[in-house]
Amino acid sequence: MLRYALKRGFSLIISLAVASLVIFFVIEIAPGDPASFMLGINAEPDTVAALRAELGLDQGKLQRYLAWVGGMLQGDFGMSYTYRTPVAGMIADRMWVSLPLALYALTLSTLIAFPAGIYAAARRGKAGDMAVMGATQLGVAVPNFWFAMILVLVFAINLRWFGAGGFAGWDDGIGTALHSLTLPAIALALPQAAILARVMRSALLDILGEDFMRTARAKGLTRRQALWRHGLRNAMIPVLTIIGLQFSFLLAGAIIIEQVFFLPGLGRLVFQAISSRDLIVVESVVMILVFAVITVNFLVDLAYALVDPRLRSRT
Amino acid sequence: MTRNLILGTGLSSLVVLAALVSFIWTPFDHTAMDIPAKLQQPNGTHWLGTDHFGRDIFSMIMVGARTSIAVALVAVGIGMGLGVPLGLAAAANKGSWLDEIIMRANDLVFAFPSLVIAILITAIFGAGAINAIAAIGIFNIPVFARITRGAALSLWEREFILAARVAGKGAARISGEHILPNIANLLIVQGTIQFSLGILAEAGLSYVGLGAQPPTPSWGRMLADAQTMVSFAPHLALIPGSAIVITVLGLNLMGDGLRDWLDPKLRLAR
Repeated sequence: MLRYALKRGFSLIISLAVASLVIFFVIEIAPGDPASFMLGINAEPDTVAALRAELGLDQGKLQRYLAWVGGMLQGDFGMSYTYRTPVAGMIADRMWVSLPLALYALTLSTLIAFPAGIYAAARRGKAGDMAVMGATQLGVAVPNFWFAMILVLVFAINLRWFGAGGFAGWDDGIGTALHSLTLPAIALALPQAAILARVMRSALLDILGEDFMRTARAKGLTRRQALWRHGLRNAMIPVLTIIGLQFSFLLAGAIIIEQVFFLPGLGRLVFQAISSRDLIVVESVVMILVFAVITVNFLVDLAYALVDPRLRSRT
Repeated sequence: MTRNLILGTGLSSLVVLAALVSFIWTPFDHTAMDIPAKLQQPNGTHWLGTDHFGRDIFSMIMVGARTSIAVALVAVGIGMGLGVPLGLAAAANKGSWLDEIIMRANDLVFAFPSLVIAILITAIFGAGAINAIAAIGIFNIPVFARITRGAALSLWEREFILAARVAGKGAARISGEHILPNIANLLIVQGTIQFSLGILAEAGLSYVGLGAQPPTPSWGRMLADAQTMVSFAPHLALIPGSAIVITVLGLNLMGDGLRDWLDPKLRLAR
């Protein structure tokens, strides 16, 4: 297990290194000099040069890349070109909205999908199964930001149970904060729950046909006992993969949903940064998102190896 | 399960038809503003009502279908055009450094969700339909590469491939003449799925302003425009959203139906 973890850990580091290179050099080819953009078209050349030196833009590419990565490793993401504040602080503030939102949505999605998938699998081919499958077919087709607008229309504008947008912050207690994240989380969660329920159902159906399930029944377990004790555990492998993948979709999806609800998360930060050509913020946020995706997938791989020893020998 | 196929093909054809017809006819000019007639509910003249500039929503939906389909179709084309050859090459050279590089590069692209790619591209080149296509297309490459490699690997073990090798055909020729025709069904089904995901992605990108720019109508931007008016003109949000749902639902049903129809074994295997 340790060997497997080390091997995967090594490739995790390689992936992160390559990803950081790609992001840095892609941003690097962007036209326009941040310093002249910040100072406007009437700036004197020597003022621009002074600012370039201050921002470290006069150094070589490789040097700047190493400084960027070295800084990130120590939690220093550099200075925002437009706000003149540390990028790390800006990202940390926004992260307190985006990350809880994605986790909240992931929890909701799992809570909806598991019962729905198990129920559909247990009633394969019957009306209940058809109803769940029909609902998931629709759930997959609904764009989450549109669903979010419908939720606002119904629950914020007509019923007035929730605010139509904005974030209360964590200072007034967890309850208030979660209340303002509830509609966004539901909007993010439902389409993902539809996918997860389908995966859960088909994974369970695969397992139900296995010999060991027949053995479990033959030794006297009821259908329900066999399903809970042996079926679910084995069905968890594909389900875990999808949950891991979904986390990255939820984090990226949160960027769009934040626009619907005017939430001050990473999404708003990155769009503001794009429009003000604050490229260091853009590259840092993108790096954080990619870091999250790669790391979560690494953790999912480790989780598999714990659940299923057979996977440790493969790569 | 031909029911899925019929329903899915029906819905998808409807959307494609609307897009095609929009080239020669729309009830109104989709860019023509008529402020006195703004924010009308659906009625006899304006079948789906009008927006805040008095533009005819039905016409905008028809032309918007064009944008959605064009973006998603080209993005699938990019994904297939680059992903399939890469997957074939990786499978033909299984275990070699080429295979390893292709698969690792794929893993890397997977770490950049299409939205993140779009953000990077827009940060550099600015927003626009072409960049949306590139973002969705790049994300499609590893999807097709992976599925092609997986399917091709199992074919390489088969006797008819061995026979072809004995006959003296090289790896490239075998991939083209024997592997590709045998995985075409799989690719068509995956293409349908990626097409529907592309429609959703395009809508999302143009909603946040990274997709097609005005005056090109797109369903995502119609939704973005509708957002501040949803309390007094809900039809502005309901109609483009329904158009997206119908299109995606149709394509997904068609994909499911095609899979069952083309390969009953696949259904049992799932």
